[in-house]
Amino acid sequence: MSTVVKDTHHDEHPSGIMRWLTTTNHKDIGSLYLWFSLIMFFIGGLMALVIRSELFQPGLQFVDPQFFNSMTTMHALVMIFGVVMPAFTGLANWMIPIMIGGPDMALPRMNNYSFWIMPFAFSMLLSTLFMDGGAPAGGWTLYPPLSLQTGDAFPFLIFAIHFMGLSSIMGAINIVATILNMRAPGMTLMKMPLFVWTWLITAFLLIAVMPVLAGGVTMLLTDKFFGTSFFNAAGGGDPVMFQHIFWFFGHPEVYILILPSFGVVSAIIPTFARKPLFGYSSMVYATASIAFLSFIVWAHHMFTVGMPLAGEVFFMLATMLIAVPTGVKVFNWVTTMWRGAMTFETPMLFAIGFIVMFTIGGFSGLMLAITPADFQYHDTYFVVAHFHYVLVPGSVFAIMAAVYFWLPKWTGNMYPETLGKVHFWLSTFFVNLTFFPMHFVGLAGMPRRIPDYSLQFADYNMIASIGAFGFGFAQLIFVYLIFKTIRGGEKATDEVWEGAEGLEWTLSSPPPYHSFNTPPVIK
Amino acid sequence: MSDSGSYYVPHSSKWPIIATIAVCTALVGGSSLLNGNPSGKYVLFVGLALIVYMMVGWFSTVIAESEEGLYDAQVDTSFRMGMIWFIFSEVMFFAAFFGALFYVRTYSLPWLGGEGSGLATNTFLWPNYEAVWPLDANGPGRIGGEFQVMGAWGLPALNTAILLTSGVTLTWAHHALKDMKRYQLIIGLGLTVALGVIFMYFQALEYGHAFNDLNLNMGSGIYGSTFFMLTGFHGFHVTIGTIMLIVILARCIYGHFNPKNHFAFEAVAWYWHFVDVVWLGLFVFVYWI
Repeated sequence: MSTVVKDTHHDEHPSGIMRWLTTTNHKDIGSLYLWFSLIMFFIGGLMALVIRSELFQPGLQFVDPQFFNSMTTMHALVMIFGVVMPAFTGLANWMIPIMIGGPDMALPRMNNYSFWIMPFAFSMLLSTLFMDGGAPAGGWTLYPPLSLQTGDAFPFLIFAIHFMGLSSIMGAINIVATILNMRAPGMTLMKMPLFVWTWLITAFLLIAVMPVLAGGVTMLLTDKFFGTSFFNAAGGGDPVMFQHIFWFFGHPEVYILILPSFGVVSAIIPTFARKPLFGYSSMVYATASIAFLSFIVWAHHMFTVGMPLAGEVFFMLATMLIAVPTGVKVFNWVTTMWRGAMTFETPMLFAIGFIVMFTIGGFSGLMLAITPADFQYHDTYFVVAHFHYVLVPGSVFAIMAAVYFWLPKWTGNMYPETLGKVHFWLSTFFVNLTFFPMHFVGLAGMPRRIPDYSLQFADYNMIASIGAFGFGFAQLIFVYLIFKTIRGGEKATDEVWEGAEGLEWTLSSPPPYHSFNTPPVIK
Repeated sequence: MSDSGSYYVPHSSKWPIIATIAVCTALVGGSSLLNGNPSGKYVLFVGLALIVYMMVGWFSTVIAESEEGLYDAQVDTSFRMGMIWFIFSEVMFFAAFFGALFYVRTYSLPWLGGEGSGLATNTFLWPNYEAVWPLDANGPGRIGGEFQVMGAWGLPALNTAILLTSGVTLTWAHHALKDMKRYQLIIGLGLTVALGVIFMYFQALEYGHAFNDLNLNMGSGIYGSTFFMLTGFHGFHVTIGTIMLIVILARCIYGHFNPKNHFAFEAVAWYWHFVDVVWLGLFVFVYWI
């Protein structure tokens, strides 16, 4: 590397696999993240289908309870850390340097490192499926003492979490440095697209809480192997302390999973309503408020654990406060569409679906925030319905909306519109078929993470399982559509969408390998 | 903000993928070792060796690029931001362990001692226990055998003085660098490294004293857990910091850096001050009160 040249215009990069292993280009790395996420989406999806197969009927039919619990645990870890987070990081890599008019990510080598950790960390995690004692089965929340009973998988699980946490922290540092340092002249903070803003705040959350998770799982590791007593009451520790540490990470984490979606939707709605976003600055402040509040609500995940009354009340009220900035956002999106010249291409459909169904998940969240009511809902399928509504028709729909929105830009080809719409409507139908009945069985008392259930829950579970398979197969359309668009199709214009605004639409479709070697002029 | 399109983006780099493979090898080896597989230690060793190779290679590349003058002011700012946010993440890592210490002392132990309403833990687990810190043998302090606690005013107080002094010598060196006083710079940095090494030596003595004379180890209830995890991670960070200082010292001797351009020096100085501040927290909350 001693012969590096400063000119980046006509560089030759290695070909074949070495190109991808050694790349420092933000678009290459963004694509890698997105492909990785797509593959993991199907691995995590298969695990979900194992769960739904087992729950198709009451009684035990396909898998033994231990393996069922492994599936719920691994499904969550894969979907959270292996699908939603890398997908958003992939979008950030692809779009942020372009959106702010920068030449690349601020720290390109570290960018490569952040990505390549992911497949290795997940190989470690998935390899536990074949180990003595099985894969981790104590839930993705890793509560001790249950999680300490994990077999040979345990250290692999802990180190895999450390490893992917390292990736997240480095990725987040890179994004913060990029946004703060790589903007084109004239691109002031309050001119940045909201996707950039939401990612800036998300990255801050990541840097703040991933190390806390690392500390918590390190304590689990030393409790198991080195005789410490952090979570052992006999030695003066407290198992509940783990829950506090975990959820101090875990609650900001759920905003890490949703804030970039807000950014995506805030880009798509104005485009297809052909109106500027209503209340730009209030969107920025609302996002920052949500991020701040996310640090002081964690114990709403553990209302039933036996906290002092003052704690229960504080965490209830603080949690409900989050509805205010979130409401600001939802109203802003609706107001943006108000009297807009709207068209309903696939990205818009997914974005509107996001607003409607994410709001349903938000409302069930508000129900769960009510401490006395939560005593009934806690650890039931109502909770499962709630967080799947915010994560699947929430985060995942936003990711799909983003893919449809930017795929023509990335590939230079338009995707087949009718097929995209079919994908949207099938996904929407089946996602509701899967998760809406879970509200009912949850309120009626069906506990989560149990492979069997009482007979009165049978009908709704059967419906949910049918919905899950339908949703799973509908996603094959998505994969087919992506391949088809990459291979060809109607040529996309530079602007792609009639009402699109932002620097990414000033570049060619697909954009050149290096986007802005000369910074663009910002009006 | 971007000025002229001269931001340095390397074409490609083999170091990140080597880093990934190295760390993954070490983690798999470490996991196997913890699971009682004796061959795990060889895998771990290979992984650690690869990590060292990667660190040397990656940093050499960056240093060579820096010396070639490839980095403009904007690249410098990116590096600064990277280091600042990295240190912030380290702060949060230590916050988890300090948080555990405060939680245990404020909540867990009083509850185990019978405070609060509706808690029967005290009656069943430690009927005669009244919450005290550090733990005593009437309760959870018994779990790993009786032990004595580490006092604050012997070696730990001396170590506090040593680390604080090292902060002063480092700042002296920094001023010398800015004033082009090469001799003072090297003396100041050399003293800082020496103080770091002395600190580590005293920590090692203290651990020996804890194990041999006080019967204090990681199994000594939550006192031992928090004591060794906090001081252990701190000691690890001092070691890293000392190695970083040695590299910077070597670079100063080679004649790298000038009064305007010495980000690496400042990054290591920030890191060293961060380690210093963590120690003050440790001294007050772990050793003293």
